[in-house]
Amino acid sequence: MVPFAGYAMPVQYDMTGDLAARCRGGVLAEHLHTRAHAGLFDVSHMGQAILAGTDVVTALERLVPGDIAGLKPNRQRYTLLTNEAGGIIDDLMVARLDEDRLFLVVNASRKDVDFSHIAANLPDHLTLTAQQDRALLALQGPEAVAVMARLSPDAAALPFMGIAAVSLGGIDCLVSRSGYTGEDGFEISVPAEQAEALADKLIAYPEVVPIGLGARDSLRLEAGLCLYGNDIDELTSPIEAGLTWVVGKRRKLDWDFPGGLLMRDQLDNGVTRRRVGIRPDGRAPARALTTIVADDGTAAGTITSGGFGPSVNGPIAMGYVRRDLAADGTRLNLIVRGKTIPATVVPMPFTPHRYTR
Amino acid sequence: MANKNADKRYTKDHEWVVLDGDIATVGITDHAQEQLGDLVHVELPEPERMVAEAEACAVVESVKAASDVYAPLAGKIVEINETIVEDPSIVNSDAEGEGWFFRLELDDPDSFEALMDQDAYDEFLETL
Repeated sequence: MVPFAGYAMPVQYDMTGDLAARCRGGVLAEHLHTRAHAGLFDVSHMGQAILAGTDVVTALERLVPGDIAGLKPNRQRYTLLTNEAGGIIDDLMVARLDEDRLFLVVNASRKDVDFSHIAANLPDHLTLTAQQDRALLALQGPEAVAVMARLSPDAAALPFMGIAAVSLGGIDCLVSRSGYTGEDGFEISVPAEQAEALADKLIAYPEVVPIGLGARDSLRLEAGLCLYGNDIDELTSPIEAGLTWVVGKRRKLDWDFPGGLLMRDQLDNGVTRRRVGIRPDGRAPARALTTIVADDGTAAGTITSGGFGPSVNGPIAMGYVRRDLAADGTRLNLIVRGKTIPATVVPMPFTPHRYTR
Repeated sequence: MANKNADKRYTKDHEWVVLDGDIATVGITDHAQEQLGDLVHVELPEPERMVAEAEACAVVESVKAASDVYAPLAGKIVEINETIVEDPSIVNSDAEGEGWFFRLELDDPDSFEALMDQDAYDEFLETL
C-alpha cells in the first residue's frame, strides 16, 4: 500500500486463489492482463459531484473550454477547469444526465480545490453536491464489454463516452463507457455500501482481476494520457499540453472561459514548449523530473511522466520540450543518474487506443 | 536450521554474498526483489572496477522505482552476470541463484565473516 492523494492505495494486488490462476501478479502482469482481458480498478478516491439547476451548462461553460451546451443527455466529455493565467486547475469528466443536471468526476488530489472553485463561481440558483457516499470502479480491457453484457445489456450497448443509469445485479449504478487505460471499458459509480459486493461480483468473472495503482499508471502512460500534477498543472496551458482539442469549436468563436484569450494568443503565435512523447534508447527508464538536453547541449526541457511500458516492452516517457525540439523524430538526450541517454520524440499514444466506436 | 545457508551472508542493504576462496558472488535477496516488484532494467559495474565497501555499483529498476545495489565488501569486480541485463525477470524468479549480479575479488576475504548470517538477516527483516 502507498499513500496517494491522502488515500492508502495498493500498488499491486496479491493474487490468491482463483485470481492467481488468471494472473501471476505484479505490475507487469496486471498491466498485460488488462490489455488482453479485463481489469477492475477501485478509483473511489476520485471526486464525484452533481451540479444541478436551470441553465447548468451555461454556468459550467464559464469555467471550462469545452462545449458543454452541445453535450447531449447521456453523453460524457473530457474537459478542463482553467484559470485566468491559462493554466489548468484540473482535468475532469463531465456527463449530462438530463436538462438540468451534470455529473462531474475530478481528480482525488484536486477535489477540494475544484469544488470550492466551482462553488465560488456558480450563480446562486445552482447547487454542487459532492457524492461522498458513492464509490467508483473501472472495468477496463477488451473483454470488459463481454463481462458487462452479463450484468446489463444496456450498459454493454453504450457508445464510447455514453453514460446511463443501470442496475448491475440489482445495484443501481451510473455507468459510462470510458476509462484511463486506452482500452475499451466502463466506469461505474456505485453506492459506497454496495461497492464491495459489486467488485466481488465482477472479479468472480474469469476475465477479470483487480488492478493496482502501478498498472493504472503504466496503462495511462502508454495511452499518452495526462496525470494531473505531473503532466498538467496550474502552470501548464492546454495548448502547451497538446489538449487544444478540448476547446470546443463553438468556444473558439469567443474564447470566453478563464485564460481563453491567452490560449488564443498561444495558438496564433505559438507556445514556447510542447508536451511530447519520448522513447529513450536502450532499456533504462527515464522517470519524472529527468532533465532533457538538446544535441547542442542547451536545455531542452523536463520529463513529467516516465517509466517502463509493459506492452511497448521498453521505456517510455512524456515531457515538455522547447518548441523547436518538439517535432516527431527529434533526437534528445536525457540525463539519468549522471549518464546521458539518447532518446527520440515520438507520437503518442505509445500503444494504439482501442475505444469502441 | 542452524546450518541452513551457513556459507551465505547478507547486508542491511539486502545483498547476499557467497564466498569461494577470495571470490565473492553477490546478488540481491529474495526479500529485496519482492519489495522492488517486477524488474525491468539492470545496470552492472564494469569488470575490473575497484569498489569500496558499501559503494553503489549497480542499479536495479523495477516498474516502481530505481534502486542502487551496493558492494557488500571492498574488492575488484571480476565477473558480471550479463544474462540479468538481457532478462531482468531472472532476478525476480531466482534472486539468490541464477539472478546473481557480480563476482568480487575481495581485498580481505576475512571481511566476509563480519557480514550477517541467515539468522541475523532474518532477525533484521523482522525489525523492518
